Amino acid sequence: MALLADIASWACLIAGSLFAFIGAVGIIRLPDVFARMHGAGILDTLGMGLILAGLMIHEGFTLVTVKLVLIVVFIFFASPTTTHALARAALNGGVEPVVDGKNAPAAETSERTGGPSKT
Amino acid sequence: MFAGASAAILVTMALALFRAIRGPTIYDRILAVNAVGTLTVVLIAVHGFLAGRPAFLDIALVYALINFIATIAVTKYVKFSHLGHPSGEDERGDV
Amino acid sequence: MLQALSLGAVLYGLWLLLSGHYQPLLLGLGVASTVVVVLIARRMDLIDREGHPVHLSGRFLLYIPWLLWEIVKANIDIARVIVRPKMAIGPTVLRLKGTQKSELGHVIYANSITLTPGTVTIGLEEGVLSVHALTREAAEGLISGDMDRRVTAVEGAADGRGEHGA
Repeated sequence: MALLADIASWACLIAGSLFAFIGAVGIIRLPDVFARMHGAGILDTLGMGLILAGLMIHEGFTLVTVKLVLIVVFIFFASPTTTHALARAALNGGVEPVVDGKNAPAAETSERTGGPSKT
Repeated sequence: MFAGASAAILVTMALALFRAIRGPTIYDRILAVNAVGTLTVVLIAVHGFLAGRPAFLDIALVYALINFIATIAVTKYVKFSHLGHPSGEDERGDV
Repeated sequence: MLQALSLGAVLYGLWLLLSGHYQPLLLGLGVASTVVVVLIARRMDLIDREGHPVHLSGRFLLYIPWLLWEIVKANIDIARVIVRPKMAIGPTVLRLKGTQKSELGHVIYANSITLTPGTVTIGLEEGVLSVHALTREAAEGLISGDMDRRVTAVEGAADGRGEHGA
């Protein structure tokens, strides 16, 4: 049983580290600030969540686990709020999202919406 | 195994920091710094387990709060050049 | 009043959790701080159905597992896109109409969208959301409207329609 918990905890830590790493790679590789938000999203949800879940499994059911849950819940509420505030600020600051994979400079892309749209 | 996780988090932080230094716009930098902050929360929690001192979790919790407030404040400052109420001419409203 | 009681219970639970000491003195101080904070929140008009939506909690708890599973699936998709040497991304901005009735419902919907990697809400005005989607698949998943229906179901009986009033 203890071995099983150890293995699960290991798996969560490794998977979480991997997702966090991929998220950071996304932050570096993706083309513009709006696309980079998706990389940060991976890091903020599954990367952070799985590492803390690994810690929870390691700890068992104690007060420490409840505190870890509290941290996860808080980040799950805070992360979209931050992202949204940042997106609004970027739009307001004149950064337009690059659409449809065209590598147009951000300043030239106009207000039009690419791809499917629905009202 | 916690040491391994810490190392992975540190490498990830270095990558995010690279974007914070490179980032062409200020928003890239804010995004990267926010990511570094989230990773710091995780790193503090993992370090608490590594050192066998779960009291570090309280610090991690407080750091998460500060990280959120700091990012919102910086975003608002960049947008309005002001931390108080936005000036009336801006029609996009609050943060 | 229900909101105030629930806020007090949550705050006191938080106190018990974070202190970890259960002596009469500390428990009493916790009660005192909780009461003071609830009174201040009342004076600041922070306790209303929007600020502390206790009437949604039951259905919201049912919504969370589904959302978590969606987040895991979307994470794997986007991670796969990022690690490919040639990233197959097609960023689009789409406008969606949320079918929720209250602002709270719209905010839950927008936050759920942002929390799912691959889609980020970049604007929300009068129930119309601007969503930045990283890939075509993420955009199509959103257009299918599954998440929209579920969030509307969470909001559910907010104005008398649905199984029971709040």
